[in-house]
Amino acid sequence: MGRTVVEKIIAGHAGGRAEPGSIVWMDLDVRSARDFGGPNVIKNFAREYGEAPLADPAKTFFTFDLCAPACTLKYADNQQACRDFARKHGMTVYDVDKGIGSHVLFEEGRARPGTTVVGTDSHLNVLGAVNAFGQGMGDVDITFAFKTGKTWFEVPESVKVVLKGRPSVLATAKDIALFLCRELGTKSIALRAAEFYGEAVRGLDLAGRLTLCSMVTEMAGIIGFVPERNTSCARDLERLGLGAAADVAPDPDASYADTITVDVTGLPPQVAVPPSPNAVKPLTEVRGTRIDSGFIGSCTNGRTEDFMRAADILRGRKVKPGVMLKVVPATRRVYQELVDKGILGDLFRAGAIIVNPGCGGCAEGHVGLTGKGEVEISTGNRNFPGKQGKGPVYLASPAVVAASCIRGEIAGPEEI
Amino acid sequence: MKPAALRGRIWILVDATGRLIEDIDTDQIFHNAHLHITDLAQMGPLALGNLEGWKDFPRQAAPGNIIVAGRNFGAGSSRQQAVDCFLALGIAAIAAPSFSAIYFRNAVNSGFPVVRVAGLTQAVEAGLLHSGDEMEIDLRGGTGRVVVTDGQAVSDDRGALTVEPMASVPFEIYRAGGLFAFGRRDKKLGAS
Repeated sequence: MGRTVVEKIIAGHAGGRAEPGSIVWMDLDVRSARDFGGPNVIKNFAREYGEAPLADPAKTFFTFDLCAPACTLKYADNQQACRDFARKHGMTVYDVDKGIGSHVLFEEGRARPGTTVVGTDSHLNVLGAVNAFGQGMGDVDITFAFKTGKTWFEVPESVKVVLKGRPSVLATAKDIALFLCRELGTKSIALRAAEFYGEAVRGLDLAGRLTLCSMVTEMAGIIGFVPERNTSCARDLERLGLGAAADVAPDPDASYADTITVDVTGLPPQVAVPPSPNAVKPLTEVRGTRIDSGFIGSCTNGRTEDFMRAADILRGRKVKPGVMLKVVPATRRVYQELVDKGILGDLFRAGAIIVNPGCGGCAEGHVGLTGKGEVEISTGNRNFPGKQGKGPVYLASPAVVAASCIRGEIAGPEEI
Repeated sequence: MKPAALRGRIWILVDATGRLIEDIDTDQIFHNAHLHITDLAQMGPLALGNLEGWKDFPRQAAPGNIIVAGRNFGAGSSRQQAVDCFLALGIAAIAAPSFSAIYFRNAVNSGFPVVRVAGLTQAVEAGLLHSGDEMEIDLRGGTGRVVVTDGQAVSDDRGALTVEPMASVPFEIYRAGGLFAFGRRDKKLGAS
């Protein structure tokens, strides 16, 4: 019997076993924790395992991205405690200068195609974009992974999601992801692995694939993959040194629990309205909604290409006075590319507030909370009540956020 | 060994209109403003602190109570504190039609029973289930029962709910008291 992408990767790490529904003990190529979760991991580790060594320090990492550099004493203490633990155990820290852990892990060649990666980040399944099996887990799981290099996992069923038709030229990967959040809700691919197919996703570059795969979490899926390759994505992977590794393609006779077809013909820009990433409408239905702030960044839309799309709209224009536009590159590498290409200058001159890399805009810690009544439009992946502060949050693509910040109200890029 | 069957008074997480709340996410259970906390005792008072209408829950709940919630409970973040805050309050279990994947394993790994129960939504809508009732659940699956309503025993068929059995590995981890205790028993895992 042939295997799907997720079954192939799991089988390669569980002694050849990957029957959907069965529970396997899986070897982990990367075990990581952030400045959130990490402090709990070292506390658990000391309590449970005392002075015992890690299973493999070379495969164990801290990635600091939640509050980087620390803006509260508690985070400063927590990060330093993790650094001390790392030094003692000989493991690597991707510190507060590096950016969002899930992105740093593939940029640094740790999360490669076909690898298994766990960490204290529920969007670690974004690594499906590079054909790695990433999973977010809590601090008990991660402590156990630090010690043993293993985790238990129920092999998910796989489902094919086939996108039919060609979206409008204004639609980006984010608009497709948001539309899928609406169409699939939190039921259709819940607890399953998705493989996305069709013209609309085949052409996505790596940044677009990261956007799509990151939002599988909001669809309650285990992970998403885009098995069809293209030259732009291959070029992006090669640039990161990830191109040489064997591609993980599903077998032609792989079996799927379901095939879901979603028609995206002529899809226009989409916006998720508060308070749920699954409450998605065409932009035209919320056009003109007054905003106080905008945010561009996150593990969903924090790549160089995302900021280039925003800069294309903001170049030579100004953010409306009174509107705050917060810009947070995903990683230091992205930051460097934006500096080199002059994109940061374009965004700065347009009035954007440029912040160092990290998980800004998505959690209290880095930057960019909203106050009560402050309406924000964000490229993040969640707008649950109270998630980014007290204000209502709309989710959209970088182009829509840029256009909205110029107008001071929700607007499409074609209106600029 | 943790018990395979449970009985306790229930809290039904309903919204202002009396409907079971679905997709309760970890920011509603344990807000990200408190992620720096590593001490269990500090987590209890923050449970459900961002769930509209339920901010008083930590003061009202008693050890041994069971929470009843809507489908996809624990969506969102991987934070273990979203489980630990209930452990800190002595909550005995959470029953819901389904849980997010991460939440389910975080709970099992902490020896905290999360039980998939079909029919809860309908039972709440039909007025068969009220906060304060007593519920009896066998984690190995079968029929869950609401045994007391307003001091009156209800018949089995009225209160019958279907409990989905836990798979053997998570069941054993839960029974052992969590992943750490489970790991110490199995030398092959290298966690002793």
